[in-house]
Formats: sequence, C-alpha cells, structure tokens
Amino acid sequence: MLTIDRATYDAIVAHARADHPDEACGVVAGPAGSDQPARFIAMMNAERSPTFYRFDSGEQLKVWREMDDRDEVPVVIYHSHTATEAYPSRTDISFASEPDAHYVLVSTRDPETVEFRSFRIVDGVVGEEPVEVVQSYLFGHSPAEVVYDCPNQ
Amino acid sequence: MAIEVRIPTILRTYTGGQKAVEGAGDTLDALFADLDGKHPGLRGRLVTDEGALHRFVNVYVNDEDVRFTGALETKLNDGDSVTILPAVAGG
Repeated sequence: MLTIDRATYDAIVAHARADHPDEACGVVAGPAGSDQPARFIAMMNAERSPTFYRFDSGEQLKVWREMDDRDEVPVVIYHSHTATEAYPSRTDISFASEPDAHYVLVSTRDPETVEFRSFRIVDGVVGEEPVEVVQSYLFGHSPAEVVYDCPNQ
Repeated sequence: MAIEVRIPTILRTYTGGQKAVEGAGDTLDALFADLDGKHPGLRGRLVTDEGALHRFVNVYVNDEDVRFTGALETKLNDGDSVTILPAVAGG
C-alpha cells in the first residue's frame, strides 16, 4: 500500500502533465523507516525523451547525498509514460535499483484522465499495490481519504 | 593507501551489509579489482565482460562522474572518496 498525501500526489501529476510529451521523473524522500513520502523532488530527465527517462548523474548524487545527510530514503520514485499505460515496462523493471521504494507510474496519454498507480519492484518481480491518498499524514484515516484499489484485483 | 567507497543499498549484499568499504588502487580499475578480492562478485556488477563501466551505474570520484575523468582509467589518490549509485532510469 502506498499512502501519500494529496499535495504530493497533485505535485507528481502536475509535473507529469507539465513535461508531457517527455517523460517526467522524480523522487519523494521520506524519513528512513517511516514509509512516508514527505519531500517532493522533481528531477531533470537527462534523456528528455517521450519514451525514456534517466536522472542526471550529478543531480542524482546531490539529491542522494542530501537524503543521506537528512536521514531520508527515496520512498517514492516516480516517472510518467506519455503514450502507454501507467504500468512498469520491461526497462523499468530491469533498471529498478531501490528495492524499498514505491515505484509510481503516471500516464499522461489522456489529458482528461489521471492514471496514477504504484508498484513494488524487487528482484525483477513487479507487484501492484493500492494507493491511499490522505489529506495529511497526521490524520491518515479522516473522512477525506480516497483509496484507489488495484484495477485487476 | 586507503580509498573510501560508498556502496548503494542494492550492492550491499556483496559487502555484508556495509554501506562503506575501503580499498586501494592507482586507478578505478585497480580499485575495483581490489574490492572484488575482498567482496567477490562486486566487480561484476560494475564492469562489463568487455571491461567497460556498466552504462547504468554511476561512479563518482570526489563527486565527479568518472565518465568525465577517464572512466576506469581515472587516477586515484590516497584519501579519495568514491561513490557508487545505480542509475535511476527506465522507459
């Protein structure tokens, strides 16, 4: 289950829409052990491509170093698909290198619809998980929560 | 000669869970050979069979991406710090 606050969810979708038709990518850092995506960090797509993304290596070092200094980990690693579904491609699976991260995919193929899905990718195996959008992490189960279940479950 | 090497989460299975290890070598290539001696299998995740750096692994010597400093031929000095980060990429 990915629990994410509304502001971060909206920021990810906005970034994906803004960079369309290129793939957008980024990280949401959170305190180590908390599993809370707290700090949204949009990253540059060094490939600037509609079908591929890659974090700029210098920017990645800076962000990873910063997370380390702040005792944070990459809780969410997100990127967008601009013409296909919000599901990890074979490339996504083979390059997934953070076993503890939630891999969020957003599809911008339809300007009218938001497709936002989350996955765990460990040792080449993909598992989809439900996404719970909350108003804030303090009140995780307020009446304003929305739960997006996995469509294929 | 001691060079500190920071190891990313996904490669810590080779270093017994350690996030930093020490190694020696005049070049990055020599350092990786040295590390492989102490942590078998580690070099195979960094260097291809053809002897080049894996395309989707980022290696930095003193915060500089080694793609700009000679890749595996990058010269190392005592006290240098090496960081390894798997590239974050996909399609």
